[in-house]
Amino acid sequence: MRLSHRLALAVSFVAGPALAGNDPPRHQLRSSAEGNLVVGLCDGETSLEVKGVKPGDQMTREQGQQIAAALMKEWRQKHPDAEWAVAAADSAAETQLPGVEAPAEKQFQSYGAFTERDRRIWQESTDRLVAEGKRIFHDAKALGGTNAISCDMCHPDASNTHPETYPKFQVQLGRVALLRDMINWCIENPVRGKPFADDDPRLKALEAYILAQRKGVALDYGKH
Amino acid sequence: MAHKSIETKYYEERASFFEDLARMGALSRRGFLHVAGVSAGIAAAKGLIVPQSFQLIEIAQAAETATPGFTIAYISDTHLYTRKVNDRFVRSAVKAVEEVNALDPQPDFVLFGGDLAQLGRGEELDLGAQILKDLKAPLKMMVGEHDWFLDMGEHWRSLFGPSQYSFDHKGVHFVTLMSVQEKDFWTARGMTPEERMQTVAGLDNGIQSRFEVGPEGRQWLQNDLAAIDKKTPVVIFSHSPLYKYYRNWNFWTEDADEVQAILAKFDTVSVIHGHTHQLLVNRLGNISFYGLLSTAWPWPYAPEGLPKLTVQMNRADPFNAFDGCGDGQLNVLASGMIDKVYNLWNRNPVTVRANYLSSNGAKDRPPATTLASY
Repeated sequence: MRLSHRLALAVSFVAGPALAGNDPPRHQLRSSAEGNLVVGLCDGETSLEVKGVKPGDQMTREQGQQIAAALMKEWRQKHPDAEWAVAAADSAAETQLPGVEAPAEKQFQSYGAFTERDRRIWQESTDRLVAEGKRIFHDAKALGGTNAISCDMCHPDASNTHPETYPKFQVQLGRVALLRDMINWCIENPVRGKPFADDDPRLKALEAYILAQRKGVALDYGKH
Repeated sequence: MAHKSIETKYYEERASFFEDLARMGALSRRGFLHVAGVSAGIAAAKGLIVPQSFQLIEIAQAAETATPGFTIAYISDTHLYTRKVNDRFVRSAVKAVEEVNALDPQPDFVLFGGDLAQLGRGEELDLGAQILKDLKAPLKMMVGEHDWFLDMGEHWRSLFGPSQYSFDHKGVHFVTLMSVQEKDFWTARGMTPEERMQTVAGLDNGIQSRFEVGPEGRQWLQNDLAAIDKKTPVVIFSHSPLYKYYRNWNFWTEDADEVQAILAKFDTVSVIHGHTHQLLVNRLGNISFYGLLSTAWPWPYAPEGLPKLTVQMNRADPFNAFDGCGDGQLNVLASGMIDKVYNLWNRNPVTVRANYLSSNGAKDRPPATTLASY
């Protein structure tokens, strides 16, 4: 039973360049002259007016399935050559090696039951945050600086930022510091801007970029 | 009298101290030890904690370069914005000029190693020209990519003349190369001059082309050197390193092999290059390479490709705006080879001897790194 009823309505967008700091795209739905419900597909273009159903009306499962099917039919007509990856196919069992006994049925739970397609979508979301961090790292204005200095001028490719060594006692500050404390120190001093709040998305993005540049380096907190 | 910084006074005091010692003629082996002891005693009496290497380097230098041919000072990579945008880099450049002016005796001339401006703007270059005008010794200019790619060198040339030239001085043939040419990456992308400049200004910006002397520059070099005897010492000033260190950051000269081939016929060749903002030396065949320090900021060492003869300078203290920056001198020996002094601000200077490079690291090793790069 486990995957047969997965409703694969989510059509992922064609992976475009990471757009920094924008809101998610919104589908502007056409309005119905009769005040009927209009349902949009997540491609941002395709939509369908449901005759006789007003916004807020209860629908049966069958009605919902029909609407989804109709939208998908239209999308497939518009994209006859699109590769439509079905989630169930992605998670098909790995090729069985000859001479190796097939394992007993695998454990299953809903958490962790992700596919290669899921993994790619998540990777892209993560890379988008890293790319945003890279943009800020290279942009004195985005850093809020006042002297046209950006991080990359002293740290090309985020070199010599050594995020793997934090937390550590930062002698010059007289206390234990995290990477973000040093990011904010640099923003205040060489860059002459205002430090970012702990939940500032720019600070998160900078941390993401700096950490991504040190992928594979062993953590070694406290190192001097 | 002009205001002198604490650092300037410190260096003046120290320089005169060692000159006095040298005059005492105390440079025999026994005298050397005596002097080392005396200077340590003086340091102790002043309550100073002096790192081990301090006295030994300086005295060894006094012993060996008692008769240098002549001295050149250098200032490099000031990366000036206008004063209103960024006063810190301006102060650093002024500090370097002040230090060079404090040298006694004065150098025969001062080399400026390129990247006077940060974004090639007219006001930035004008400001730089104004600051360098205060130098007492004659000035030799070299161009860097930050000076060039806004207007392709037009304003720079109007201030300083041709970007390639040569001259002879006390038996040494000097050549200044324009070695930051790049193949056109901007036209096809429809870039404005400002965008082109900004792209070149980013070290880790992969869009730009790699530096090169280019076919015309190489031909010019070949012609210039055609009449020079192979025994004449040759010194090349070049902004890019004229070898291949790390491509991703353009610590790199794409046609380095061709340029080195042109220099191969000479017995003694030294290349003095800017751009890399760090203590950096290399030896390839007959050629000794010496990188210059920047006054604006130090670059980290690249993750790969570091020449094996380079002893890394200690990593910079981010809390000190001057640390890892500096200026320095080239002591041109009677042989035409060069002892290179890295005058690191807030640190003991480091001298890299011609002997160290020509012996392929066997002799005169510079003091070891105590704080390596991460």
